[in-house]
Amino acid sequence: MTVEIFLQNVANGITLGSLYALLAIGYTMVYGILRLINFAHGEIFMISTYFAFYGTAIFALPWQVSFALAIVLTALLGVVIERAAYRPLRDAPRISALISAIGVSFLMANLGLVIFGGRPKTFYRPPIFQTPIELGGIRVVALFFVIPLLTAVLLVALNYIVYRTKTGLAMRAAQWDFDTARLMGVDVDRAISITFAIGSALAAVGGIMWGLRFAEINPNMGLFPGLKCFIAAVFGGIGNISGAVLGGFILGFGEIMLVAFLPGLAGYRDAFAFVVLILILLVRPTGLLGDKQRVKV
Amino acid sequence: MVLRRRLMMVLLCLALVSLGSAMAAETEIRIGVYEPMTGAMAAGGQQTMEGIELAHEQRAKVLGLPVRVILVDNRSDKVEAATAVTRLIQKDKVCAIIGSYGSGLSMSGGPVAQAAKVPVMGCSPTNPLVTLGNDYYFRACFIDPFQGRVMAQFAFDKLGARKAAIIQDIAQDYAVGLANFFKQAFVELTGDPKSVVAFTSYQTGDRDYTAQLTYVANAKPDVVFAPGYYADAAVLVTQARSLGLKMPFLGGDTFEAPEFIEIGGKNVEGVYFSTHYSADAPVTPASEKFVALYKAKFKTAPNTFAALGYDCYNLVLDAIERAGSSDPKAIRDAMAKTKGFVGATGIITLDSNGDATKSAVVLVVKDGQFKLVDVVHPR
Repeated sequence: MTVEIFLQNVANGITLGSLYALLAIGYTMVYGILRLINFAHGEIFMISTYFAFYGTAIFALPWQVSFALAIVLTALLGVVIERAAYRPLRDAPRISALISAIGVSFLMANLGLVIFGGRPKTFYRPPIFQTPIELGGIRVVALFFVIPLLTAVLLVALNYIVYRTKTGLAMRAAQWDFDTARLMGVDVDRAISITFAIGSALAAVGGIMWGLRFAEINPNMGLFPGLKCFIAAVFGGIGNISGAVLGGFILGFGEIMLVAFLPGLAGYRDAFAFVVLILILLVRPTGLLGDKQRVKV
Repeated sequence: MVLRRRLMMVLLCLALVSLGSAMAAETEIRIGVYEPMTGAMAAGGQQTMEGIELAHEQRAKVLGLPVRVILVDNRSDKVEAATAVTRLIQKDKVCAIIGSYGSGLSMSGGPVAQAAKVPVMGCSPTNPLVTLGNDYYFRACFIDPFQGRVMAQFAFDKLGARKAAIIQDIAQDYAVGLANFFKQAFVELTGDPKSVVAFTSYQTGDRDYTAQLTYVANAKPDVVFAPGYYADAAVLVTQARSLGLKMPFLGGDTFEAPEFIEIGGKNVEGVYFSTHYSADAPVTPASEKFVALYKAKFKTAPNTFAALGYDCYNLVLDAIERAGSSDPKAIRDAMAKTKGFVGATGIITLDSNGDATKSAVVLVVKDGQFKLVDVVHPR
């Protein structure tokens, strides 16, 4: 393997890793506050791409408007899902909410099949993102810079919201204990709604980037990215935002390097992701950046 | 008490339903169809179904009874495919089955039909293992040893390729089979066991192929053979172009879907693939009739899978007619004797494995259309 090829693979890894990272943040945020694995996250991601698709393809909106609208609509969708499927179960055993999340995931994937149709659609890709750029023998498109940059900006913005604002304080209070937070005058329901709005908006950003990168969308597309980004979130320490980003990058890099160094084993790429998950959980049950399990008193 | 009453109601309903279907058995001929209407292969299944519907409209009666076509979506999933066949046989009590696009799906449904002794006519599953060892499975298409050879020959003769790379969809029996047959034929043609310079895989639904493509680019092949389904292949070729790979990409019949061109856009221009039939090269009087009927109904030129669906329906009806009954065993025996059947996709004679020997066509994507390049006859 020459240096050039290795660097090309690093570039490939950065692009894939930052896509995983974007999705993993949404998982980790919801888990951090509700201790709920939102299995519907992958489907929210899928539906966001259809919002953007219909905006450009059916309503002929300029792509900037369509993408912005898709992010807002997806955030609303996240809030609605939380109201309808998770809030009524907030005092039920945690397993009930988990089952509800799996139910929502299946419901949305199947609704997607009925409403959007089973055949894949072509996502509109503004040519500006596809401008080829060559850097010392490494070939990338403009999108290569956009995705990691966006991930970095969102990571900083999120850390600001969570650690520097009143809303973030409410979210962190809710994370500790709903009842105590309520006694302190925190509107827990509002904090949770905002968490879902932000998490879903991030899924939408991830979805749009996914569409821009791969051009194809279909109603089943949420399943595998959803699972992998869940792995990335667990890997980095679920509940920890920086951990999710780290986990996403490691997973993306790992997959690319597995194929790059062992092309004969390329078919085992998904298996690799799951093996890594098992190993990490054996060695560090709370993930790379995860805290020690806190016990609620 | 309430529970018991409810249970009684349910049982009564079930009894009525089964009575209904038992009575229906004498008033109609039921043919089952299991095709992927959703999932990664949806385009193929839906196109096949268009052909079946068209044929059904043209010929809705056999043995003096109306024919009912019962469709079950196998969702491009091997487990669902076996369930779909079970359902068609046990619940719908069909006397023959048509399906399925996707060799893996057919290989999953096949043993179920064989155990229940209900004959199946496959439209486009091309992996040899679909019919091998299954005396209840037949097909209206050629098989992959031939298709792989057609593309290897095309790459060698027409494109002057001496080094090839292969990227296969390892989750699909179809793609794995075709990749190996291509490799065998290409090595045979070049006489150089090292002429396949790179061999790697992906899985159905993967979206990032950059690592595989970087590896392939490094091996500097003259052509890349990438058997897999249309959506994956279109994304793969698109990524190849953005990574600066300029050599021709080749594939098999699964590339033939409008989505391949929609998703790939100008990136898939110049992609060659083999398939069963082209509306530009009608082979029999039945082809011309089919093209006219299809254009009148769907306002567009038909594709391979619609043509094969059309032929399969007619092949099944032909077998029922020759059997003179709706007994699955009798239909199977008649089907096995299919000889000189004039279909839209060619003259179909089934060999002892239940496979058809037919010509292949090679198409290229040009100006956003599939254009005929070559017709290859079996030797």
